[in-house]
Amino acid sequence: MDIDNVIAMATSERSNLKVNLHDRVVEALYQEAGRLTERSVSLPGGPRQWRLDQVLDRILTSRVFGFPAMGLLFAGVFWLTIEGANVPSGMLATLLIDHGATLLHRWADALRIPSFVQGLTIDGIYLAAAWVVSVMLPPMAIFFPIFTLLEDFGYLPRVAFNMDRAFRWAGAHGKQALTMMMGYGCNAAGVVATRIIDSPRERLIAILTNNFAVCNGRWPTLILVSSIFIGAVVPPALAGAAAAVTVVGVAIIGIVCTLLVSAFLSRTWLKGQASVFSLELPPYRPPRLLQTIYTSLIDRTLIVLWRAVVMAAPAGAVIWLLGNVEVAGQSMAHWIVQGLDPVGVLIGLNGVILLAYVVAIPANEIVIPTVLMLTLNLAKSPLAEKGVMIELTDDVTRRVLVEHGGWTLLTGINLMLFSLLHNPCSTTILTIWNETRSKRWTALAVAIPLALGFGVCFITASAARLFGHH
Amino acid sequence: MFGLKRASCGIDDGCAGCPMAGSAAVHRFGLDTANADYVVALAGNPNTGKSTVFNALTGLRQHVGNWPGKTVVRAEGAFVVGKAKFKLVDLPGTYSLLSNSADEEVARDFILFGRPDVTVVVTDATALERNLNLALQVLEITDRAILVLNLMDEAERRGISVDDRALARDLGAPVVPMAARRGRGVPDLRETIAGVATGKIACRPPRVTRFDEAIEQSVARIADALLDVHPELPNARWVALRLLEGDPNVIREARAGTLGQGLHRHVVEAPATEVASRGH
Repeated sequence: MDIDNVIAMATSERSNLKVNLHDRVVEALYQEAGRLTERSVSLPGGPRQWRLDQVLDRILTSRVFGFPAMGLLFAGVFWLTIEGANVPSGMLATLLIDHGATLLHRWADALRIPSFVQGLTIDGIYLAAAWVVSVMLPPMAIFFPIFTLLEDFGYLPRVAFNMDRAFRWAGAHGKQALTMMMGYGCNAAGVVATRIIDSPRERLIAILTNNFAVCNGRWPTLILVSSIFIGAVVPPALAGAAAAVTVVGVAIIGIVCTLLVSAFLSRTWLKGQASVFSLELPPYRPPRLLQTIYTSLIDRTLIVLWRAVVMAAPAGAVIWLLGNVEVAGQSMAHWIVQGLDPVGVLIGLNGVILLAYVVAIPANEIVIPTVLMLTLNLAKSPLAEKGVMIELTDDVTRRVLVEHGGWTLLTGINLMLFSLLHNPCSTTILTIWNETRSKRWTALAVAIPLALGFGVCFITASAARLFGHH
Repeated sequence: MFGLKRASCGIDDGCAGCPMAGSAAVHRFGLDTANADYVVALAGNPNTGKSTVFNALTGLRQHVGNWPGKTVVRAEGAFVVGKAKFKLVDLPGTYSLLSNSADEEVARDFILFGRPDVTVVVTDATALERNLNLALQVLEITDRAILVLNLMDEAERRGISVDDRALARDLGAPVVPMAARRGRGVPDLRETIAGVATGKIACRPPRVTRFDEAIEQSVARIADALLDVHPELPNARWVALRLLEGDPNVIREARAGTLGQGLHRHVVEAPATEVASRGH
């Protein structure tokens, strides 16, 4: 007798069995587990201890209150971030940009370093890095620990639970809500996390739409732009709240895009039924405050910041060169921005922003510093002259963008929309390629959000023009 | 105090045999998993704190999240007890070894065919009944398993008490209560892993969950036939059950002839010679 006979024998035994084998085996295992538990576990007398969990779940996963609670919670987180980050951001900017750059120039002058080298290193590389730090560090140092505390507490699976019905409607997998949550940290991580989705069809949908989850690199852009443009049109007392609501609004537009694009994909190229899955809601756990703050500062804030600085430094050099190397009587930046301006203005942005998004393909983090440096550089503003870079408070940033860049409220709104809807960063694109091994899907993952971004911005710009906004 | 302890167990070679003897020499080896003497698999339902246990043992800082499905690939780390080096493999959470879903397959295949020397099943002490389902399946496959009752702090907070000794007796496997988030029970687990790996802690043969009479008879017939082909197969009953259910992975392994080897090693190698042959 050999093994093939045994397998054949098993097959015939299986067809002879009158009972459902799998169900019976599982049943027997559960009975045994129940018996063992009864012998070793003693539960508390009354159900009193469980109430807090249940009450929380009744609110947070309720059909009526679930979504409003979610919106309020996240708006609160952003409000704390925006209110808290304002002052330290200004202080860091004074220290690093105002004092730091002046000091570096003074030392460089003393060492008789030629102005070309000074420009490239101090006005290019150093300033870009310093800007990234002062714009990003304070909001991240507040946002990440709070978000990690929520995660530790066990809130994320509740979000997935709330979202499940919507994803089912879209023909996608309920677990996509979880990969989307990962995307709020980092889209590359979110794309890897789609491995928890069994069906290849639903996994592809999750990969292609992950970019609609606003990532680490984009939160600071949204927070800054909403503070200086939306916060400025409401009474000062409400500025922080209005900015927070705007950021949540952009995130919600992202969720809507996720659902609509998922629904589109699941009805066209990736047709199929949504699969069923069970999601265990873990118990709420009191987060370990100090440990969470420590690890989220070290693991997330500093790592993300470091990545941003590493990306910003060469970008700073590129921007400085673009702004200072002249071709046919004009700087290269001038030529490029002139070329991009018609398209940019058509969709309510401008050439500087489009160029910034090209420079920022390696990392979304550097969009705002790039925009500021290019704007100042092109305007040949006295602000951009070495050593007179005054402190970069929200007011000054606003002035730079409005006076030198010609920004309006529409530019601010469309920049936020474009920040949500544009190509994934190069790391994410590479990850999508690694996970799908398909040029077609990778290209589509880039093309879909980019097309949406141009489309949506064009619509808002046209609508604004229709209502007399220039 | 130290002197007292030494005096009380200083009979002949007593200290060397004491499980705590190696504790001073514990090193966390982080990612360096080369040349491990023993392979330890970390299994368990999703969200029971496997990654926290993993971090506590290896000193790594793998990100831990309070939601199921966080670990999608297996993570590896290492630690050393005394002179023996242990490779620890953190598997994605799985509710069962019977299903065929893609992310659970990583865990399943490793426990079944990755030949770990020790399998640690991490359970949530606050939801033991549901968690035991996986533990019982693991115990049918291997006798070198340890049950971790994790989240004991949370169980205590809710007034749930678990009699770990009674459970260990019933299961025939060591049970270690832990609160890995607070570092409670970590040395215990390390010593228990070392004890089971080296054979100092004897485990009972695989325990058996009885099924319906019709199933039992079928399983017995297939198991007999299996033993004709592989007389040394240690858990023919379990393999027979999987063949009866038509598990494609087990059928593939059976055809390839690796089934016998994989499951063979756990039981036939005597613990003492194993330690000797590995040069420690």
